[in-house]
Amino acid sequence: MKKIYQKPVITKLQTGFMNKFGSSPLYARKVRTDIDGVPISELVEKFGSPLFVISEKQLREKYRQIYSAFTNRYPNVQFGWSYKTNYLKAVCAVLHQEGAIAEVVSEFEYEKARNMGIEGKDIIFNGPHKTINALKRAALEGAKIHIDHFDEITDLEHIADEIGKQIKVAIRINMDTGIHPQWDRFGFNLETGQALDAVKRIASGGKLVLNGLHCHIGTFILEPEAYGKEVEKMVKFAYEIEDNFGFKIEYLDIGGGFPSKNRLKGTYLPPDVAVPPVEEFAEKITDSLYSNLRPGDFPKLILETGRAIVDEAGYLITTVFASKRLPDGRKAYIADAGVNLLFTAFWYKFNIEIDREVQGSNEPSVIYGPLCMNIDIIDEGTMLPPLKRGTRLIFSPVGAYNNTQWMQFIEYRPNVVMVMEDQTVEIIREKEDLSDIERRERLPDRLKIK
Amino acid sequence: MNRIKQLAINEEGFVFDPLTGDSFTVNQTGLFILQKLKEGKETEQIVKELTEEFEVSQEEAERDLIDFVEKLRSYRLL
Ligand SMILES: Cc1ncc(COP(=O)(O)O)c(C=O)c1O
Repeated sequence: MKKIYQKPVITKLQTGFMNKFGSSPLYARKVRTDIDGVPISELVEKFGSPLFVISEKQLREKYRQIYSAFTNRYPNVQFGWSYKTNYLKAVCAVLHQEGAIAEVVSEFEYEKARNMGIEGKDIIFNGPHKTINALKRAALEGAKIHIDHFDEITDLEHIADEIGKQIKVAIRINMDTGIHPQWDRFGFNLETGQALDAVKRIASGGKLVLNGLHCHIGTFILEPEAYGKEVEKMVKFAYEIEDNFGFKIEYLDIGGGFPSKNRLKGTYLPPDVAVPPVEEFAEKITDSLYSNLRPGDFPKLILETGRAIVDEAGYLITTVFASKRLPDGRKAYIADAGVNLLFTAFWYKFNIEIDREVQGSNEPSVIYGPLCMNIDIIDEGTMLPPLKRGTRLIFSPVGAYNNTQWMQFIEYRPNVVMVMEDQTVEIIREKEDLSDIERRERLPDRLKIK
Repeated sequence: MNRIKQLAINEEGFVFDPLTGDSFTVNQTGLFILQKLKEGKETEQIVKELTEEFEVSQEEAERDLIDFVEKLRSYRLL
């Protein structure tokens, strides 16, 4: 009888090798044969490859875990779903069902939320570029408008004149919480007194009513204490406003920024060690609220958590299309999806799982995407056993920012499916074809090829 | 000069290059191929022997052999 075949592998034994790649050449790769009980093979057979898969179950569970971390500690909590993180309708709908209102940052996103059936009063409108049209609509529909700059104050005052009534607004502030880089380009700076100037300006105009404060200190924040500082500064500023200007600050929106269980490039600790549990963030935030709020005062706490809710619910199934040997001896694989679909590959090192057991020891490998561009690298150094063409690689977590920041460059965007809680699978965004991409193009008659 | 001939290769797949002092590990198939190369066999012959010894198609064996040889080159063993 013939022996079982393994692809031939030779690996150089080096000191320092283990550190460089974080795992030994003999370390077995993780195998994933299904997502929520639906086999990878079945998913690809029905919906093609590459394929984005979002788990309804994991999305809901994560939302509930993070939401209850706060409601278990504070009596007045509201989540706003950060549309830009993932604005596929099905994702938004699940989170709205769970009780989140909408957090949007542009006219497009505002329209998207309204189109979903979300009322103006349940939309938080952030962002530095709110067109006059969008602002007017938001004002008429009673949205929570968070002012980013002095020009927006002027715009809103004109709109207040035009519609003949006062408009309720909040202002976005930025501050030093010890996080670098400090996000100081959005809103009004607290430490320089700019935020106070904005309040004065609003009060003197008499056309706007300030009823909230907003801040977003950054994204993928690994330091819970930064939120403690943020909340302390916000509460103190809120009381300063209430005591001196007669406005009532009804809510504090502390933004998003909690990390997901993803691995930032250049960090060697696995996410389970590097990423603090959300309960730790909730603890710091609510502790800070209780030590700074006046007795009996419980303003609404709004959170705009994006990444931490949706990232881990998303997977991308890809297929090994070809392989080659690089001049330096590393193995290279060409997958059918690259940075066109995985924008977050620029800063994350994803968890990579294989759809089957593969014989053979691991060797240093690179995973490229299908683009004719040097930057199209999904993983520039990982240990993989020798993979056959057609092997599926499953990348995760990819639920955050990819379905919104992906680009249509030389390839079509693939199907996105949701594995529902009952293990049925629904297409939530159909794969593109030529007509989608050419629909808006016009070819002048005289240029037509006869 | 075929440096493969000078390599010290043991049964467990431990390979030592006396010229550079580098050491390597190979799996069973890699060991099989290295031994054939050491005996001075040609690609076609090795592919044939691979398909006789292991449960593998000629196409896959051929593809993998090319890849393995390229890897040996990158280590300057060929
Ligand atoms: C104003 C605002 N809110 C919420 C978010 C969501 O952030 P994250 O996904 O880090 O939770 C962002 C992201 O940049 C943001 O700019």
